[in-house]
Amino acid sequence: MVAKLGELGLFCLESVGQYVRFVLAIFSWTVRGPGAFARRQMLIQMYEIGVMSIPVVMITGAFIGAVLAIEAYPQFQAIGMESRIGSIINVSVVKQIGPVLTAVMLAGRVGGALTAELGTMRVTEQIDALRAMASDPVRVLAVPRFLACMLMMPALTVFSDAMGMFGGWYISVHMLGVNSYDYWEYSRSALDLYTINIGFIKAIFFGGAIASIACYKGFNCGSGAQGVGRACTEAFVLSFVIILVTNFFLAMLLNTLYMIIWPNSGSIFG
Amino acid sequence: MESPEVTAMGALCPPGSTVIRLKELYKAFDNLVVLDGVSLDIRARECLVVMGPSGTGKSVLLKHIVGLLKPDRGEVYFHGQRIDRFNERELEAIRIRFGVLFQGGALFDSMNVFDNIAFPMREHTDHSASAIRDIVSQKLAMVGLDGAQDKMPGELSGGMRKRVALARAIALDPEVVLYDEPTTGLDPIRSDVINELILKLNDELHVTSVVVTHDMTSAFKVADRMVMLNNGKVVADGKPDEIRACKLEEVCRFVQGKATAEELLAIRQAKRNDTAPE
Repeated sequence: MVAKLGELGLFCLESVGQYVRFVLAIFSWTVRGPGAFARRQMLIQMYEIGVMSIPVVMITGAFIGAVLAIEAYPQFQAIGMESRIGSIINVSVVKQIGPVLTAVMLAGRVGGALTAELGTMRVTEQIDALRAMASDPVRVLAVPRFLACMLMMPALTVFSDAMGMFGGWYISVHMLGVNSYDYWEYSRSALDLYTINIGFIKAIFFGGAIASIACYKGFNCGSGAQGVGRACTEAFVLSFVIILVTNFFLAMLLNTLYMIIWPNSGSIFG
Repeated sequence: MESPEVTAMGALCPPGSTVIRLKELYKAFDNLVVLDGVSLDIRARECLVVMGPSGTGKSVLLKHIVGLLKPDRGEVYFHGQRIDRFNERELEAIRIRFGVLFQGGALFDSMNVFDNIAFPMREHTDHSASAIRDIVSQKLAMVGLDGAQDKMPGELSGGMRKRVALARAIALDPEVVLYDEPTTGLDPIRSDVINELILKLNDELHVTSVVVTHDMTSAFKVADRMVMLNNGKVVADGKPDEIRACKLEEVCRFVQGKATAEELLAIRQAKRNDTAPE
């Protein structure tokens, strides 16, 4: 039993170590310049990861904004402050739900596809072929996907945020009878630049986590179709967990930072 | 006297000198020992065939030569330089002098034939786009497929895929070409085309070839020297005639394609048990 636990501990430690080395290799190649092929790949991936994800991110964003309005309205109405509903919807969407939801959608839509693509390349010896041709697969395959994901996440978050605001506005104004001017005015006053940036900073971290986990799992998948399938599942589950855990720690860190920079403004929620 | 058009790096080293030396190579995956003390010298410009039953570590041996796998014990030398302890970046300088033909071709299926063959040149040379176009066309002509530049790997037959992969493997005029089961899964005529290509590369470009195969027709056609692996060990090493005349039972059976009496008995008995009434 103790030996089994020890073995498991060692395995976890080894996996984390390998993952960290993998991410460091990505950073190292990013700094050194991944080359012309990788740059072209990055543009292709930005299209695949970014542009192709816009519709799904917009749809989910709009409905989340809408459902927030429906749930928050009775609470605000009870204390006679329904005109302020825009503030809670927008703060929630911009700081939390926008980036997290976009990341979850991206982990599902793109993370799985990346793992499957790279896993298949590994199973069919294409990754070995790259190494045999003296081209580092991390530089050629992982760096463009990592950078594309990291750059496109904040952009997609903009779409998700915008649609969340719009969804909230539509339900609040057209179904619940909130004044449109009030909605936008309180939305504006609740959002400062720091709050908006929190969302983007999170998005960049989430993008990096999704791509690095997906690529790592693809590069290290087991043999055969079963190995690829398992790697995809593991990549998605792990990405999801990491997104939520990172979200918590980033929220703590960024709120603490806010209080250090503006000590007299009280909590960011105040 | 070498002809001046010989561009391959193979022309630079004298025939017969040792290019690759494997010394007491051991490799195990989990508890399965695949290489059990393999020592082998591969000499310049020879065509060495490594044969043996499936699962005896032939492909694993090939991957050790270019550092795609690291041995548990033992040493790998390339031109006298020990390379098994090299990191990936140091290995890249060595790998650029190799061409590897993988079993399934390992073509990048997101790229067409042209981009596949151009890839190593775009990565490692300063050739202009037109020079790359010319070289791709020349390499494809060598494997008899000029004109297939725009095809995707998915549109090619197994034999064509292997020929395109061979064109890619020789795109940088390598000094050594490693072939992993080059004729497996091909019909006899396509196999013969691949055999001719291997011979042509050896004769015209003076490359050193290591061919891993269990196709005996192909092996005897291309080999200057043959090595047989069994249970992770070298059990025979000699010229094709010596291998043919070899008296070792396992070599004879392999060359003639005969199963052991026990194996045949096991199959016959299994069949009888299947049909026996309960």
